[in-house]
Amino acid sequence: MKAGAPCPYRAVTFRLVPVPVITATGLTKRYGELVAVAGIDLEVAPGESFGLLGPNGAGKSTTMRMIGAVSTRTSGDLQVLGLDPDTHGPEIRSQLGVVPQEDNLDTELRVRDNLIVYGRYFGIPRAECGRRADELLAFAQLEEKSKAKVDDLSGGMKRRLTIARALVNNPRVLMLDEPTTGLDPQARHVLWDRLFRLKERGTTLVLTTHYMDEAEQLCDRLVVVDEGRIMAEGSPASLIREHSSREVVELRFGSRRNEAAAERLEGLGDRVETLPDRVLVYAGDGEAVLEQVARLGLHPTTSLVRRSSLEDVFLRLTGRSLIE
Amino acid sequence: MTTLDEATGAAMAGAVRPRRFGALYVAEHQLRAMRSYGWTIVIGGLGQPLLYLLGLGLGLATFLDVPVGFGPDGPVPYVTFVAPALLATAAISVTTEEFTYTVMAGFKWRRIFWGMNASPIAPAQVVGGLVLAVGARMVFVSTAYALLIWAFGAVGNAWAVAVLPLLGLLGGLAFGLPLLAYSASLRDDAGQFAAVQRFVFTPMFLFSGTFYPLSTLPVWLHWIGWVSPLWHASELGRAVSYGAPMSGTTVAVHLAVLLGLTVGGWFVARRVFVGRMHG
Ligand SMILES: Nc1ncnc2c1ncn2[C@@H]1O[C@H](COP(=O)(O)OP(=O)(O)OP(=O)(O)O)[C@@H](O)[C@H]1O
Ligand SMILES: [Mg+2]
Repeated sequence: MKAGAPCPYRAVTFRLVPVPVITATGLTKRYGELVAVAGIDLEVAPGESFGLLGPNGAGKSTTMRMIGAVSTRTSGDLQVLGLDPDTHGPEIRSQLGVVPQEDNLDTELRVRDNLIVYGRYFGIPRAECGRRADELLAFAQLEEKSKAKVDDLSGGMKRRLTIARALVNNPRVLMLDEPTTGLDPQARHVLWDRLFRLKERGTTLVLTTHYMDEAEQLCDRLVVVDEGRIMAEGSPASLIREHSSREVVELRFGSRRNEAAAERLEGLGDRVETLPDRVLVYAGDGEAVLEQVARLGLHPTTSLVRRSSLEDVFLRLTGRSLIE
Repeated sequence: MTTLDEATGAAMAGAVRPRRFGALYVAEHQLRAMRSYGWTIVIGGLGQPLLYLLGLGLGLATFLDVPVGFGPDGPVPYVTFVAPALLATAAISVTTEEFTYTVMAGFKWRRIFWGMNASPIAPAQVVGGLVLAVGARMVFVSTAYALLIWAFGAVGNAWAVAVLPLLGLLGGLAFGLPLLAYSASLRDDAGQFAAVQRFVFTPMFLFSGTFYPLSTLPVWLHWIGWVSPLWHASELGRAVSYGAPMSGTTVAVHLAVLLGLTVGGWFVARRVFVGRMHG
């Protein structure tokens, strides 16, 4: 049966497309003169892993706070789990797990007590909070730290504890605002692994990041946001396909010679992009471009062929780098 | 697969307990955190009254020839006169810590209010929970005080031991809730809390008829007493403790001022919290 096709036997419409858990239309947030979120439309399906990718100040956290029912929207429509955050904030929040951009663990309580106290906010009985705390400490690989003071944890451990805390109510949707910013690569990988597990269990993830590799790793679908607007939407692969070539050749001629070299490269590949420290040539076949560069008699100090990434998509869409 | 209706239903059910008991959960968290400085609370709660009672009762009082406090049967000892005011002061001084630095910590240093905010708890319940926990600390401190002054023989009526802590609580809230609203409106502590201590609390302590009747002061200083929750709570305390003569209207005025500040402070604090947490 086709999606949305009427069922032949009864006058009901079966929808094979799952009903979204989050629907935003023209969602806008203004702080005085400043427009932080300038009318965005998005839908998140249950079980989906959805990302907002954008540079500093793009409006990612503001959007997350409106979805998380802790910031009143200025205009537009927003439904989370079929409810309006303006009228059903506590109801919505009871089904969310929130990992904020800035940790807000209680540093005066020990690791395990942080989970228990937080579980109480959801009306979970004390004994049950204790049981879940132990389970979550295992999940977050923090069992040995159960009695430790929060301040004695490393950055990565604190982040894992924050994620564990966000799971204490068995949330339907887990909201992660820059889950790995500020962590070293190893800690990031440990965290990604935990998030992968949640994804496998069917938890809906909504996350923001300004790391393209994180978006590529974790998101089924994402929107690229800049200055409060959605620039593009799709899966990481489809965004790259649509907005960039398959490969990129990165050439460095030394900062003063880049401009001049770029002029001579014009016409190579699909597109040439000049950055202060390097020249990028977008092409289907990077090696072929390299050969042409040699034939032109240009000698870059370094050259590199790599696959296109979301960084390139962002550059293409906004003319700017993701991480300034 | 879970349907949206099912999710909506779970959300409706999930908020029932937090909507009802949210303030209690916040209070539970606050009291748990107070345990880490529990000894300071206990030692401060018992030590401070002991010092004052010994110092004033055994020391200062021996120099005073003129009686300052009068019950229905004539003059009462000086300690009996100051005791209700000291008790109210102790309750109020709890707020100069719990409704200042603790609030700034919740929003900025420890950031725990933001954690609560992401849960089903509503901002008004955060205010409610803070008030419950700090109220509990005020009742503890005033009860310790009441028992001590009773042991010192500085309470006229034995039943007053049960009523004085409630007056302490009321005085504490009347001073504390407006202070809570103010503290919650600050983004930074650039010395405002120290200023409150120095330029609000201390003058109030000295000029609210704490150590001598307000009428002893020049008339142009009386207004400090009138706006001071400490004075109103002390006066009521004296009436309760040793039956200091007071008309029904006066009692009503004292109560009205204290309740007015409490209720007014509550509403403003709630507005500030909502504005900040859901803005
Ligand atoms: N409470 C607030 N009051 C006033 N302006 C705000 C407030 N919160 C955010 N803004 C502004 O809104 C814009 C978007 O901020 P937001 O925090 O949503 O960006 P972001 O995409 O999360 O950025 P980052 O990657 O730095 O976290 C910024 O210009 C920011 O200064
Ligand atoms: Mg942000």
